Order: sequence, then structure tokens, then C-alpha cells
Amino acid sequence: MFDLTGKTALVTGASGGIGAAIATALHAKGATVALHGTKVEALEKLAASLGDRAKVVPANLSDPAAVEQLAKEAEAALGQVDILVNNAGLTRDTLILRMKDEDWQTVIDVNLTAAFRLSRALVKGMMKRRFGRIIGITSVVGVTGNPGQVNYAASKAGLIGFSKALAQEVASRNITVNCVAPGMIQTAMTDVLTDAQKEAMSSRIPAGRLGSADDIAAGVVYLASDEAAYVTGQTLHINGGMAMI
Amino acid sequence: MSDIAERVKKIVIEHLGVEEAKVTETASFIDDLGADSLDTVELVMAFEEEFGIEIPDDAAEKILTVKDAIDFIQSKSA
Repeated sequence: MFDLTGKTALVTGASGGIGAAIATALHAKGATVALHGTKVEALEKLAASLGDRAKVVPANLSDPAAVEQLAKEAEAALGQVDILVNNAGLTRDTLILRMKDEDWQTVIDVNLTAAFRLSRALVKGMMKRRFGRIIGITSVVGVTGNPGQVNYAASKAGLIGFSKALAQEVASRNITVNCVAPGMIQTAMTDVLTDAQKEAMSSRIPAGRLGSADDIAAGVVYLASDEAAYVTGQTLHINGGMAMI
Repeated sequence: MSDIAERVKKIVIEHLGVEEAKVTETASFIDDLGADSLDTVELVMAFEEEFGIEIPDDAAEKILTVKDAIDFIQSKSA
């Protein structure tokens, strides 16, 4: 089950905790992976630890030309892209009264617009080959909202709507488009929190703990697999029960 | 039949998986050849690739039959 031998995958934001776990899991299932990010050193290190079947394709996703170039480079490095994981994302948290246009725009550009541009560039080949998997890493806050994150929540909700629309456009070509929505996940972002903060967070999660990056990666492997061929336009919530939606 | 017409018909036959006899010049991609809207976009993309031309959206919308495609491509390559 869930064998990805012979498949190729581009994972954006692979230098982050969740992105690295996703790339590692896809690779472990046999896929050849292209690791995108901005921290080249971290990507090289990850590629080296994976060994064969791992390429590094850095790019600045807020630059439209760089995104187009990334699609071309990934296709050149992998031969073709069967699985696209739009995982790259950033936050610029602040209350709306304090939020600058730039805070809004940067988050929308990287989290949502880059996913659109990459999908547009890579879906062409998927349509020709009659196979593809496009997986967006969204967030529980894209569905529930969260104060201080109007930009981030909008970008993540946008990714869900985008995926549903695209799923309908390309379903007849055996291309599925889905999202994975992590809840509170233990990463570098949550490591800086105090124990008291972490405890307060865990108390709101029925499972009683933060999730791990591997919990998310497992969902991505499933959606990328042949076994998930009949699943499209869906959002898989992986959040320990903190939101049941 | 011109070379362009031959190549257009070949693309249509291959892409839509229809019998050659059905691909007459007056055949409508959607009404006669069973194409859906995504097929028509893919056909336009295939024409662009085959003939090395760019077909703008407003022109693509008017390419409804085999003849429309041949005429447009001929006007571009003339």
C-alpha cells in the first residue's frame, strides 16, 4: 500500500519541519523528490541525508518569475512532476489594526499565489500524462480562524477553495487536488513557546499533545498514493481532535 | 488537403480518440466529437505546440470546429 516507486514529487518549503518530514516520507515510499526552499544549506543537508533520488531546487516564492523558473527546474531535475506538495508558508501575525499592507501581501503571495502559479505550470504535464497529485498544506485556522492571523487564515482558507475548484477542473484527467490541514504541530515555530504556553495549547487538544511533523507527512503520503485515487477536493484535518469539521 | 489540415486532424484524432471518418472539416469539437471544455483547452495547447504559434484566449474561444482551427492556423502561418 501507498507505494510511490517511480513517482516524482516537488515539495515546497522542504527546509521547514513539516516540509522536511513530507519530503522524507515521500522519499521513503520510493519517490524521487525535489526539495524547494530558501535555506539552501538546510536543503543540501536534507538531500544528503536522503541520498539518491533527492534534488535541491531553491527559489523565492514571492517572485513570480522565480516561481515559473522553479516549475521548469523541478521538471528538468525530475524529468516530470507527478506530485506537487504546496507546503511553503509563512506568517506575519498581528492584529488587523496593526497589520500593514505588506504583512498581508507577503503572506498571500507565498502561501496562496505561489501555489496557484506552481499548480498552473505543473498541471499541464499532469494533464498530458493523465496522472497527478496536487496537495496543499493548509491549516486548521483556515477553517476556524484565529485572532492575529487574518492574513494567514485568509491564505489557508484560500488554498482550500482553490483546491476544490481545481479538483473539479482536472478530475477527469486522473489528477486529484486535496489539502492537509495540520492543527498544532511541534516544529521550530512552537519550540520557542514556554512550557506553560504549550500546556495551555495541549489542554485544548483532545489527544492531549501537539502533533508531530510525521503525523502530517503520513496524510500527504496517503493522498499522493494510488490508493487515494478517488479522493479529491477534500481537506484532511490532522489535529488530534482540536477541531472536528 | 493541405499539410496544416492533415496535422490538425491528426492531433484531433489522437487527442479525442475519435475515428478518422468523424473528423470532417465541419465537425464541432464539442457537439460532434464529444470534447468537453477541458479537451478544447488541451487541443488549443496542442495546436500551439505543433505549429509553434500562440493562440490568444479570444481567438481560442472562436475555434469550435476543425475548420476553425485550420483557418486560424493558416492565417497565422501565411
